[in-house]
Amino acid sequence: MLEGRNIHVVLDGNVLLEGVSIHVRPGEVVAVLGPNGAGKSTLLKVLCGDLSPTKGTVSMGGRALTSWDKKASAQIRAVLPQQSSLSFPFRVLEVALMGRSPHLRGPETQRDYAIARAALQEAGVNHLEDRLYPTLSGGEGQRVHLGRVLAQIWEAMDQTPRYLLLDEPTSSLDLAHQHHTLTVARAFAERQVGVLVVLHDLNLAAQYADRVLLLKEGREVATGPPEQVLQAEIIEAVYEIPITVIPHPHSSCPLVVPAANILSKLKT
Amino acid sequence: MSSIEVADSSLRQASRRLLPKVSVGEKGTLGLLVLTVLLGLLSIVCLGTGAVSVAPSQVLAILGKGLDLTLPWAFEPHHEAIVLSIRLPRILLGILIGGGLAVAGAAMQGLFRNPLADPGLIGVSSGAAVAAVATIVLGATVLDFATQALGPFALSIAAFGGGAATTLLVYRLSLVHGTVSVSTMLLAGIAINAVAGAITGVFTFVADDAQLRSLTFWSMGSLGGATWPAVAAAAPFTGLATLAVLRYARPLNALLLGEAEAGHLGCNVERLKRSVVLLVALSVGASVAVAGIIGFVGLVVPHLLRLTLGPDHRFLLPGAALLGASLLLGADLIARTLVAPAELPIGIVTAIIGGPFFMYLLQRGRRLGKF
Repeated sequence: MLEGRNIHVVLDGNVLLEGVSIHVRPGEVVAVLGPNGAGKSTLLKVLCGDLSPTKGTVSMGGRALTSWDKKASAQIRAVLPQQSSLSFPFRVLEVALMGRSPHLRGPETQRDYAIARAALQEAGVNHLEDRLYPTLSGGEGQRVHLGRVLAQIWEAMDQTPRYLLLDEPTSSLDLAHQHHTLTVARAFAERQVGVLVVLHDLNLAAQYADRVLLLKEGREVATGPPEQVLQAEIIEAVYEIPITVIPHPHSSCPLVVPAANILSKLKT
Repeated sequence: MSSIEVADSSLRQASRRLLPKVSVGEKGTLGLLVLTVLLGLLSIVCLGTGAVSVAPSQVLAILGKGLDLTLPWAFEPHHEAIVLSIRLPRILLGILIGGGLAVAGAAMQGLFRNPLADPGLIGVSSGAAVAAVATIVLGATVLDFATQALGPFALSIAAFGGGAATTLLVYRLSLVHGTVSVSTMLLAGIAINAVAGAITGVFTFVADDAQLRSLTFWSMGSLGGATWPAVAAAAPFTGLATLAVLRYARPLNALLLGEAEAGHLGCNVERLKRSVVLLVALSVGASVAVAGIIGFVGLVVPHLLRLTLGPDHRFLLPGAALLGASLLLGADLIARTLVAPAELPIGIVTAIIGGPFFMYLLQRGRRLGKF
């Protein structure tokens, strides 16, 4: 289990997170939601060790995150940042192969190539494998990096649980690819990977997450299954716009839409 | 069908597609082989060329004799002396320095994630310049005690010390909350370079005519001082530091994705940055000390290689060592034969050949979308 307990983060006098707790079990998708500046990405940075919490603890597999060897943790946990820059002319396949580097001692084996290709296929960009990364569009690049992190935790090592942390993985994607990316996250959860995903789109979270954590101004507002958290009153309180929640016509998950009187409400 | 089976079958599909493909590594290995052969041939040509010509077969026979091999080509005894005690140290020094500068350039570009970075950026070259210029100008007066104590190595030791000290200063300035901020480091490097340039300018201003000649020659670089002791002095620093940098190829690849990403791929980013800065300072400082400032090798060689072998440091770094060595040997050949019996400063040759070529590469690369 990947777990953050009572996380406080204070940077330069600004309180970014205040007493937030979260856990991700292998096999489930947990979505972190909230308005801009709510502390979603900060929480993800704390959970992957990029940022030390001012107060609180983070543990992975029952051990404090700080006691993990960097390479050992990289073998079971992959992180997709909001945006990755790569200005050097690597080919897409080489970028995916970089995901294999925590597992390598010598050069890449045939199996690493096969995994990198399969991961690109899973991310829907295997047709781009010979393209130079800097020539890709923003969305293509984002999916290539998804392929890279999938390749990183493609196989379980001695049944150790694996974790996938995605920070707004759909930010540059069109509608179809947003759903594709979350389907991939879901598929990895089926393969006993614990997935934590930071999202803006409440409906994507409603459709794909087992649990959601809703943050506002660094504090937990609500946590639980999507149908419990995504209620009109709660969302209205967090986003401060009128909201209607209706049942999805084809599934059991809630559908969050702005209420009809949103324009008049915003004008006043 | 479960998703695990789906994943396995897609893995098998991907494996099947693998067979007819050329792997990323094959092109790189072939490239390194070509570069090794090029360096070997060029070395033999350089050993044979000069005031006294020695045929390539005779060069091989002379080298063979040194290794206790008897090759079927006769050579004259005085040729052996010329090749082994005059030209061979110069060729070896060229290989060391050319390879070292190019590898240092490639490593710095990886560290700064900017294909235009150069060892000079972090202050090694200008720091070494200040110390060397001070030694030349003040050596007989203010710093007399030091030059007396250090003897013929005074200039080398000063240059190396100056380079290392400036690098450390830039490094200290760029530590933010205990971690190295690459952008602050670049800015600190620029500031230090400006100050070092001004100090060097003051010394140039007060130097007498004889000192000025020596200054000019040193600041444009030359392999003219190559002797076996000079090679022995540079080899431990430049040679070993360069070999050590080669070990960081894979972490440097990961670093190109960004510092956080490299950390998530399991590499110890802080240690990587510290090691690379230290090794580059050692390598460049030592080479500036024995041969002066030879610009441009560290900038262009990695560029040239990225256009042909790609940006993977596992091929880029050894490729840079080989091509940098070849480039410097070629430039030195021109420097010592073009206006023989006089010699051109090698820095002029590298800049005249390399500058326009670099511009052409930039232009071509941008058209192909490689930068």
